Amino acid sequence: MFPKWFDKWNADNPTNIFGPAIAVGVAGGAIFAAALIVTWGNPAQTESMQTGPRGTGMSVPEYNVSRAAPDPTIEAYYTEEPYIPEGGEELAKDIYENVQVLGELTDDNFNRVMLAMTQWVSPEEGCAYCHGDVDISEYGSDDLYTKVVSRRMVQMTQNINENWDGHVNAVAEVGVNCYTCHRGQNVPSDIWFNVTPVNQNVEGWSAVQNRATTMSGSTSLPSSALEVYLTDYDSMVNVHDLESRVAGVPGLTEDVHSIQKTEMTFSLMNYFANSLGVNCVFCHNSRAFYDAGQYTPQWGIAQLGRQMVIETNAEYLIPLEGTYPPERLGPIYADAPKIGCRTCHKGYQRPLQGMNVIAAWPELAKTGAPVYE
Amino acid sequence: MIEYQNIFAQVQVQGTPDWGMDDSGEMMADRAGKPRFSTLFGLLGNAQLGPINISSYGVISCVCFMIWFNIVGFSMLAQVGWSVPEFIRQLFWLALEPPGPEYGLSMPPLNDGGAFIIAGMFFLAGCVTWWLRTYQLAQQHKMGKHLAWAFAALLWLILVLGLFRPILMGSWSEAVPYGIFAHLDWTTAFSIRYGNLYYNPFHCLSIVFLYGSVLLFCMHGGTILAVTRYGGDRELEQIYDRGTATERAALFWRWTMGFNATMEGIHRWAWWFAVLTPITGGIGILLTGTVVDNWFIWAQEHNFAPMYDGAYGYADYGSYETFIGKEN
Repeated sequence: MFPKWFDKWNADNPTNIFGPAIAVGVAGGAIFAAALIVTWGNPAQTESMQTGPRGTGMSVPEYNVSRAAPDPTIEAYYTEEPYIPEGGEELAKDIYENVQVLGELTDDNFNRVMLAMTQWVSPEEGCAYCHGDVDISEYGSDDLYTKVVSRRMVQMTQNINENWDGHVNAVAEVGVNCYTCHRGQNVPSDIWFNVTPVNQNVEGWSAVQNRATTMSGSTSLPSSALEVYLTDYDSMVNVHDLESRVAGVPGLTEDVHSIQKTEMTFSLMNYFANSLGVNCVFCHNSRAFYDAGQYTPQWGIAQLGRQMVIETNAEYLIPLEGTYPPERLGPIYADAPKIGCRTCHKGYQRPLQGMNVIAAWPELAKTGAPVYE
Repeated sequence: MIEYQNIFAQVQVQGTPDWGMDDSGEMMADRAGKPRFSTLFGLLGNAQLGPINISSYGVISCVCFMIWFNIVGFSMLAQVGWSVPEFIRQLFWLALEPPGPEYGLSMPPLNDGGAFIIAGMFFLAGCVTWWLRTYQLAQQHKMGKHLAWAFAALLWLILVLGLFRPILMGSWSEAVPYGIFAHLDWTTAFSIRYGNLYYNPFHCLSIVFLYGSVLLFCMHGGTILAVTRYGGDRELEQIYDRGTATERAALFWRWTMGFNATMEGIHRWAWWFAVLTPITGGIGILLTGTVVDNWFIWAQEHNFAPMYDGAYGYADYGSYETFIGKEN
């Protein structure tokens, strides 16, 4: 296809064009990529939140894409300011039948709370989700499990806001209400059920680890960390010796802990970090995980949070096991659904990115009669 | 010159297989397997495959490793209810775990660590007999025992992890599980449990020798490749009959950094660095939990864990609202 003189010249002058071609291609590609990054910006920029002294490497990095994006569920949040009672109004317990937990509310506020709960928990099903498809005069009936459960959930919410102030209002007033967990869903996301043992034909430690499960965060660490550390008041997660030499046999001598128990703690800490979208150094200086002198204040808040979750599971959620229909129970052991950090936090440092969900709802802030400011 | 820039061997010799010398007339009995040639293997190394030396140590070692491999594999398969697809899917997660701490040094039931003890016994027996095999073959070849001692350094680390340390600790539960992710979990948990292994000076030494090995290997490999065109890859000949390859390699380093290794000495350096990696590592692990239980506190007591000035917690450095782009 080329003229003869070209073919002849070409044959007489053999040249290796691959070397230069590859060099030009690589250099050209690099320049092109560099130009893209310079003009359009790094597509994966991060920002870091410093959490400790310089030189310790303590910081929580996050991609700008997710860092700056607001939690999408914030937009759908429903709220309404309370109607401040002027005194002398008739109370819900006197107007309606079988009002056991919100009886001290005035009629306006009672209906305001009922409407909000519908928006937060069953926006599609409406009042009927708890009260049934019946006339309003029969709303006092406890026929549906959903109503019995929601009554207990109101008490749970009041308890958390009243008695776990150190966790839910630790840095700023945030509080919790139904929406903190439910986010418009009948059943909150990120609840958990018992799964262990996960391995067949083995006993002991072999049976509870080395499987990719949601409960192990898809690691091979134990899948039982939440089952133990988020339900048992007496469970202790610390594993370190507080002197350079402590004699004893791991797991047999008191307070001399085993590798296996360490992996349990590791599994729980992994869950903590993933639930909040942070890393180890949000709370710890990772060079000395145990050292109280090198904790951040967040360590104490998380510590309280674990106690709060244990109480909530033990006093409120697990006892409801007999109330739920089978489809609400765990797929393996038919156990009651339980909560953990992620049920509220949903991957954020603060649930709903720190939005105050309690200021407008004094009815849910404490047990007994609400105090309106 | 372009052929020296290829990671694969450019020259393959394929012809009549080399059976090796047989000066006593009795040595052929040990050699098994009909030798053949593989072009693929020739790209990586010598194209000839086989024969292989069959000795009692080699056979015992292979049988032991095979038993260990099967106990581990079938234990994993049993854990997924004998489901092969699930076995493949979870392969990197599955493991044969040591007994729980409640058993101490006693023999636990097979399904609660007993299989691990038996598998571990065969694994260690396989490692030890493999070491004997390297020693014996070096002896037969009238070689130095450098390779056997180098393997013994690894053997030391293996025995510390699976035998010496668990016995000193009084619990088989301290042994390393057999599993891809499980042994990594063990490694992390081991460091965390004993207060951060980075403050263990023998761990530091082991890292120095490991990275040093990498550096020396790279410098040496690069130097020899660079003078291969002058016959530098025939290192042994160069030791007793220095050609310009050795001279150039030596001058390169002397003029670069004022000092250079010798054709023989570089191999001593590399050998010692490699061998000291598992030796120091093994010492560090053996001391952990037996002599020192919290390396960070130990480091504080020995004044090499400084405290840093500055507050803990993000509140002193910025606010959450600013971080998420929501100013107050």
